[in-house]
Amino acid sequence: MGTILSGLLLGGAFGFVLERAGFGNPNKLTGQFRLTDWSVFKVMFTAIVFAAVGLLILEKIGYVESGSLFVPPSFLGAAALGGAFVGAGFAIGGYCPGTSVVGLMSGRIDAGIFLIGLLLGTIIFAGIYPSIESLTTLGEIANAESLPELLSVSSLFIDIAMVIAAVGVFALGSWMEKKSRGPVTSQEI
Amino acid sequence: MDQINQKCPAPYWNPLIAGIALGIVLLSTFALTGHGLGATGFTTRLTAWFGMYLLPVATNANDYLGGMVEEGRPLDAWISWQVVGVALGALISALIAGRIAVKLDGKKFLGGSKRPLTALFGGLLAGFGARIAAGCTSGLGLSGAAVLSLAGFTFLGAFFAVGLLASRFMKEEK
Repeated sequence: MGTILSGLLLGGAFGFVLERAGFGNPNKLTGQFRLTDWSVFKVMFTAIVFAAVGLLILEKIGYVESGSLFVPPSFLGAAALGGAFVGAGFAIGGYCPGTSVVGLMSGRIDAGIFLIGLLLGTIIFAGIYPSIESLTTLGEIANAESLPELLSVSSLFIDIAMVIAAVGVFALGSWMEKKSRGPVTSQEI
Repeated sequence: MDQINQKCPAPYWNPLIAGIALGIVLLSTFALTGHGLGATGFTTRLTAWFGMYLLPVATNANDYLGGMVEEGRPLDAWISWQVVGVALGALISALIAGRIAVKLDGKKFLGGSKRPLTALFGGLLAGFGARIAAGCTSGLGLSGAAVLSLAGFTFLGAFFAVGLLASRFMKEEK
C-alpha cells in the first residue's frame, strides 16, 4: 500500500476511534487524572494488550517477522523526563498531541490553542537544542530494549501479566467511577 | 428533529469497545508499516515547514530542524498523512454523532477564564517534552508499550504520575 493511502486510512481509523471514545473532550481526558473517569486507562490498556497479543500471534504464524518492528531505543531518562512534561501538559492543557487534533476537529477552540502551544514548545526545544541535546539520550539501558529482554522472560509471560493488569485496571476504575461523579458523557456541556 | 439531535449528541463508545477498536488499528499499523501510530512527528515537521518560509536562514542553520528542511519538503512523510487522516476520521465521527460544537471547552476544570492560557501552556509543555522523549502519548506511550519497550513503559509511568500530580493544582470552578 502506498504511503499516502496507508497513512490516510490508518490515521483516519485512529482519529475515528479516538473521537468515538470521547477523547476529543478535555473534560473526559483529564477526568482520568481526577480519577473520576477511567476511560483513558481502560482504552489505552485494552489497545496495548490487544496489539501486543496480536503481534505475538502474527509473529508465531510468521506473518510479521520478529525484529522487523520499530522498538524505541532505551533512553529511559529521556523517556521519563519527556513523559513528565507531556503528562503535565496533558493535566494543564487538557489534551495530548494526538487528541488535540481530535478536539479541534469537533470544534474546540482550546484544542487549536493547545496545538499552537505544541508548535511553540517545539520551537523552544529546537532553539536551545545544542545546550539540551544530552537530555534526549539520558539514562541509556544498553543491554535491553524491551521488558522481556530485560527480565529474560518470554513475551507471552509479559502479555499474560498485562492482561491481568488490564482486568485489575477495569475493576479498580469502575469501582472508583461508582464512588465519584463517574465518566463524563457526550451530553454534558 | 435536527434540533433535538443537536441537543443530544450520541453517547461515547464503551471503553472496552473503543479499546479493542484502537487495538485493531494499532495492530494493523504495525502489520502494514512496521511501526506504530503517532502525532508529534508531524507537528515537528510542521514547525520546520513554517520555519522554512518564515525564518529560512535560522531554520536551515538549526541543529534540530535543519535536517528536515534540507531537501525542502519537511512534510513529505508517512506521519503527515497519518495526522491528516486523524483529523478527517475525527471529523467524520463527530459529524455522524452530532458532536461538533464550536466552543472554548474545558473551562470548568482547566483554569476558568484563564482557559486559553492553560491550553497554550499545556501545549507548550507537551510539545517540548515530546521532543525530549522523541515521542508523545501515541508514538512512544501507546505504540512503544505495544512492542513491550522499556522506553514506552517508562514514558507512560512518568506521564501518568506527573499528570496525576499536576492535576491536583488545577482548581475546579463551582
